[in-house]
Amino acid sequence: MKEIRIHARAGQGAITTAALLGYAYFLKGMYPYAFPNFGAARMGAPMNAFVRVDAKPVRLRSQIYEPDYVMVVDATLMRGFNCFSGLKENGIAIINEKEGAEIPKVKAKQKIFVVPATEIALKTIGRPLGNTALIGAFAAATGELDLDTLLEAIKKRFSGKAQEGNIQAVTQGYEYIKKNKIG
Amino acid sequence: MKQFLEGSRAVAEIVKLCKPGVISAYPITPQTHIVEELAQMVANGELNAQFVNVESEHSAASVVLGAVATGVRAFTATSSQGLLYMAEVLFNISGLRLPLVLTCANRAISAPINIWNDQQDSVSLRDSGWIQFYAENIQEAADLHLLAYRLGEDKSIMLPAMVCMDGYTLTHGMETVDIPTQGEVDKFLPSYKPLYKLDPAEPLTMGLLADPDYYLETRFAIQETFKEVLKMIPKISEEFKNRFGRDYKDGLVEEYCTKDAEKVIVAMGSVCGTIKEVVDAQRAKGKKVGLLKIISYRPFPYAKVDDALKDIPRIAVLDKAVSLGAYAPLAVEIKATFFGKKKSPKLISSFIAGLGGRDITFESVKEIFTKLNRKEVNLEFIDLKPELLKEEYGV
Repeated sequence: MKEIRIHARAGQGAITTAALLGYAYFLKGMYPYAFPNFGAARMGAPMNAFVRVDAKPVRLRSQIYEPDYVMVVDATLMRGFNCFSGLKENGIAIINEKEGAEIPKVKAKQKIFVVPATEIALKTIGRPLGNTALIGAFAAATGELDLDTLLEAIKKRFSGKAQEGNIQAVTQGYEYIKKNKIG
Repeated sequence: MKQFLEGSRAVAEIVKLCKPGVISAYPITPQTHIVEELAQMVANGELNAQFVNVESEHSAASVVLGAVATGVRAFTATSSQGLLYMAEVLFNISGLRLPLVLTCANRAISAPINIWNDQQDSVSLRDSGWIQFYAENIQEAADLHLLAYRLGEDKSIMLPAMVCMDGYTLTHGMETVDIPTQGEVDKFLPSYKPLYKLDPAEPLTMGLLADPDYYLETRFAIQETFKEVLKMIPKISEEFKNRFGRDYKDGLVEEYCTKDAEKVIVAMGSVCGTIKEVVDAQRAKGKKVGLLKIISYRPFPYAKVDDALKDIPRIAVLDKAVSLGAYAPLAVEIKATFFGKKKSPKLISSFIAGLGGRDITFESVKEIFTKLNRKEVNLEFIDLKPELLKEEYGV
């Protein structure tokens, strides 16, 4: 079983992120359970979305406290809140780059990847929604999902111009990690 | 076909396949997605139904009451305050013997305002004459709607049914769900043929005054019918298994690793999945623990529970609702099952957890099994924060 915890603000598309990852796992024949947890239930309030995935149906219904992977959609959330709490010893975190955001030190075997996802999104989608670029980066950094499966999930979810933009965003997020392999 | 769906979408898909002629609802979190999806299906022409927008849950319940009274299959969904606002009409629906199906996306009750999950809303309506099912996962939530229509509309039953699914956990969670085809559903669920209906061509009156000479018998009749429901659920569950391949056994309870168990937790809804994970982990360490999942809370399957638990020494009942000032709702039923019985568990402890969305973790469940080593406790609240109880206001 693998567990992914996504940190974002309500309205930044964390549920879509979890849904896309879940759908990609589903396409691979896995059993994902993607679910949100709302904080103040207001636009802009910190919230989490989660994906728990296994080769058999997932039964555990609690939130995720010891994730294998963490995705930070909004780096300002790292101020005063430990987004990496419980991250596994060999866990991987993907952070959306934000000027001035302090990247915390992590344990020896943990890895952090900082991706200019918002910048990629602005270029590809025209809006500052870095989720799909982060998903691409996630796939490249963790090896959990291949690019083709992700693109299939994107094609199912989006149509028209949004689809084109998001295909670009996922691909660029993926390639950013592949090219740079920055830890 | 297997799909990756949000729980609300899965329910909407299954309700669509049940072909209701009238849907009416008022939006309330976390139920809203279900009726939004259905409204879209009606607007797209995928579902030939009348979607009636109303100004409140009281009106939504009244609209579907009227629809079923005229012989039309109907559907509504709600949560929390919305369900309570419907309460008066819900008693009328069962009293009129109208087989409506309602989805309750379980959510806590105000005050203080809280949009998160517990089961206080539907549990508070346990005495309303409605059949109540509780779903563990999204597949079950979808399947129980099919069972609910089939059961309620049976001419020997004629009662409404509420399918309860934990808010967010199941309504907003997404997982792999097998949605049957229209042809399969049509074979399982024939079109609704009411015993009687409101029809200008053949006028009749429903729910007229029943004075003290008559009222008592109406309640006795529903009570008697619930005995039939207990017999009918296993039959329909068997047919469901043969047609759709998913086995809910008797459809009343699920016994998970209970046969040789020394400790068993009794619970309802999605938390049962978490409990199963803990059971497997403890079993791997040689500990004899199990779960009894209650699927049908109304009618309550006393005989089945007796049979499942009588040889188990230590029982914990986990309630996600309270009956303030009294023992917990589910615990009361389990204790009542064994009162005066020769064979019964030595100990039945009662725990409250998860109110207002407090997360019930793997550790919380493990802790409940550990607490079963000690003497019997009643109404012990799990994962309380003592620091929040220290606050004092005024003098």
